[in-house]
Amino acid sequence: MSRLRELRWFARRMAAAVTVVAALGAASAAPAAAQELRVAMSSPPNSMDPHFYNLFSNINVSEHVFESLIKMDADSRIIPSLAESWKLVDNLTWEFKIRPNAKFHDGSDVTADDVAWSIDRTSTIVNSPGKFDVYTKAIVKKVIVDPKTIRLITATPYPLMLSDLTSIFVVSRKATEGLSSDDFSSGKGMVGSGPFKFVSFARDDRVELVRNDQYWGPKPAWTKVTLRFIPQPATRVAALLAKDVDAIENVPTADLKRIRDSKDLAFFSKVSHRVIYLNLDQREKTPFVTDKDGRAMEKNPFRDQRVRDAMTISINREAIKDRVMEGLAEPTSNMVPATLFGHVPDLKVPKYDPNAAKKLLADAGYPNGFNLTLHGPNNRYVNDEPILQAIASMWTRIGVQTQVAASPMADFSSRVGIRRKEFSAWLLGWGAQTGEVSSPLRALTACENADKGFGTNNGMSYCNPEADALLEKGLAEVDDAKRLKLFQDAVRLVIKDGAFIPIHQQVTTWAARKGIDYVPRTDERTYAHNFKPN
Amino acid sequence: MAGTNGPQGLSVSGHIPQRGAAGWAAKPDPWRQPDKGKRRRTVTGSFLRLVQAMLAFIIRRVIQSFIVLLAMSVIVFAGVSALGDPVEVMTSPDSTQADREATRIAMGLDKPLPVQYWRFLSGALSGDLGKSFAYGAPAVDLILERMPATFELAIAAMLIAVVLGIPLGLWAGLKPDSIAGKTIMTGSILGFSLPTFWVGLMMIMLFSVHLGWLPTSGRGETVTVLGLKVSFLTRDGLVHLLMPALNLALFKLSLIIRLTRAGTQEALLQDYVKFARAKGLAPSRVVGVHVLKNIMIPIVTVIGLEFGGVIAFAIVTETIFAWPGMGKLIIDSIAVLDRPIIVAYLLVIVIMFVLINLIVDVLYSVLDPRVRLASE
Repeated sequence: MSRLRELRWFARRMAAAVTVVAALGAASAAPAAAQELRVAMSSPPNSMDPHFYNLFSNINVSEHVFESLIKMDADSRIIPSLAESWKLVDNLTWEFKIRPNAKFHDGSDVTADDVAWSIDRTSTIVNSPGKFDVYTKAIVKKVIVDPKTIRLITATPYPLMLSDLTSIFVVSRKATEGLSSDDFSSGKGMVGSGPFKFVSFARDDRVELVRNDQYWGPKPAWTKVTLRFIPQPATRVAALLAKDVDAIENVPTADLKRIRDSKDLAFFSKVSHRVIYLNLDQREKTPFVTDKDGRAMEKNPFRDQRVRDAMTISINREAIKDRVMEGLAEPTSNMVPATLFGHVPDLKVPKYDPNAAKKLLADAGYPNGFNLTLHGPNNRYVNDEPILQAIASMWTRIGVQTQVAASPMADFSSRVGIRRKEFSAWLLGWGAQTGEVSSPLRALTACENADKGFGTNNGMSYCNPEADALLEKGLAEVDDAKRLKLFQDAVRLVIKDGAFIPIHQQVTTWAARKGIDYVPRTDERTYAHNFKPN
Repeated sequence: MAGTNGPQGLSVSGHIPQRGAAGWAAKPDPWRQPDKGKRRRTVTGSFLRLVQAMLAFIIRRVIQSFIVLLAMSVIVFAGVSALGDPVEVMTSPDSTQADREATRIAMGLDKPLPVQYWRFLSGALSGDLGKSFAYGAPAVDLILERMPATFELAIAAMLIAVVLGIPLGLWAGLKPDSIAGKTIMTGSILGFSLPTFWVGLMMIMLFSVHLGWLPTSGRGETVTVLGLKVSFLTRDGLVHLLMPALNLALFKLSLIIRLTRAGTQEALLQDYVKFARAKGLAPSRVVGVHVLKNIMIPIVTVIGLEFGGVIAFAIVTETIFAWPGMGKLIIDSIAVLDRPIIVAYLLVIVIMFVLINLIVDVLYSVLDPRVRLASE
């Protein structure tokens, strides 16, 4: 065949193939009904049982079908849910009145018996790496006053009752008696009282829901909801751009500009309850700090207050916000954001002052600084590794020669904890699921005490007994005003000590096609019922 | 093909009766048992002999596989136990030290490593490879639940690679200097060198976002056939399967194109092709029957062995296209240090590789009559 004929023959074959592909895929994009919502989430749940595992992605899905007595609004403030009112009968007794018109999806009433059953069920779960009974342990007795009134009794005054109850979903005793967690995947037991009814669950793929038209609360705008799980960030964005989904959560930083500039897309963001912070090891000797010649040092420099102060004022948090986080971060010196219980408004972000930092180091006896390895995860928080690199360069500028060693969270978290304590300085994040500062105070900065359950994540061996005393008093104080003051004083002490260095609050992002609005949440959750057409 | 050795374990020998060093000139040894007359070579007889040889071969293989599995289990178990602390990764942030200890005991991680391995082994012998830390369900069940999806993807990818690869390779081999031939070879180099991850994302951007022809990710509608969920029987399923399968097939496609081309070019130089042409056979018959049959053997071998590789590569494709298969399960499990699933998955993969190798070896002896399953 002549060259030209060959070329034409080849081209015709290719065109035919392309047409077949196009025809096959035509009309695969648009949604069927006008009131259908398809959302792409960033991590899949591993169980449909709302009591199985205290995992973010599981809870996020459960919130569509099930409800708790109390819930948190978009600012993580406590508001009524299934319980329309509550009161403290005495220091140890909480009484909750269940909504009269709250019904399960099978038509039966939500009763106090179901609430009691649900509370008990959390401790009966088997094979879970993180049960919800951490939130029900304080309840020693339950009294069913009448079908719509229940009393929960604690051994000691327990002000965290309300925030703990936000994590306990109420299931129907009738529907879930005798079921194992696996059974829920096929739909058995998926009888909740929430705004959506469960239809199906394809592991790692999607969850399908339909609207609960008998819902006691505001009816969601969508008759049908599909929650798809697309962990790969680029694919998630592509799904939105190709109109395969109507909304996504967690927009990757690389695509922020494109999405914000796009006329076909709407962008939403909110300061999250997750604070990104640094920890400085407080032990006598620390492994990853050496002098300029690489020799181990006699004394751990981080035990000196002046050194700790120098480390925090040499971090330019505004620059990190602008350059690394594309403006999506809120520099902070607090452990929780402004709307959470325990925020200290007068605690200001330290002013960036590298010269003062150098002077402090010299005063402390390190005029030439020292060498340090900064550790952290590289696949867990938004831009975690770039933040580490930025901080390392800022510290190097004041004389603390810093190199970064980032590793996957699975490896990092195993080594940073109280069992191994392998590092000298590191970056981590903490989201206060209970909506108040007692959570990070207890886990991150309290002196290690296994009996009290204090300092569970205090890998830096930091201990301030005065702050702990305030924390303990606050944990037993039922009066909110007094409690707030106690916690705030504790936070002030901890931040002043400077071993715990907050950098910024993360900002959570969502994107949707034009025509949909989202009410963004501080707790980073994505609820289909918070999306509304506009 | 000239110079090819048979797959390991087989001998490519002609069936020539051995008469010792002296060969045909040797006198029969008077002390040997005389032949009990020439045994009649019946069809049933040779068939039974074949079956006997194959059975012996398979049994030998199965025993070897057990040893491989055992060795693998030790290596994998030891490796996975050095990977960090599952309790720290998975535990609820608000849990106390006491809660974490309880979780550690429930996961069996408080016992020393040999005890943990022994527990695992005793369970494994009865088919129980442990319960997943994160899911709470038996690891084997979770893997088998996801296997149909991965196999569907892998088989689709292999089909694309074979159905497209062999004709394209033949074409490139028959007309190496044509534009088509050169394009095919350049394309195959690209297929080799471009990373699957990047190609997948580019395909999504092109076909889904810009052209809107195909869906971005996920698995389509499934129908249950023989208890397994398959998606290639629905139009929606096919449309979702196309891009991931193509993405996965690219590497193998390039491999098969180059193999076929090389085989074709060599076969065309052989005497039997010249003889067939001289006989006056149609070119299509010469290529389609004689050349093809002779180059098939190494290609079949490679396809079989590479099938295991396709399952392995599927991890990347499944991650990009959010395809709910085994590969995605293993990546997620590694991220949270779900040891039972990691161990179970690797053992399942080893079993699969062993089975595939066995089938390929048996197939090889069937395809090539010169090969015998003997250990001579």
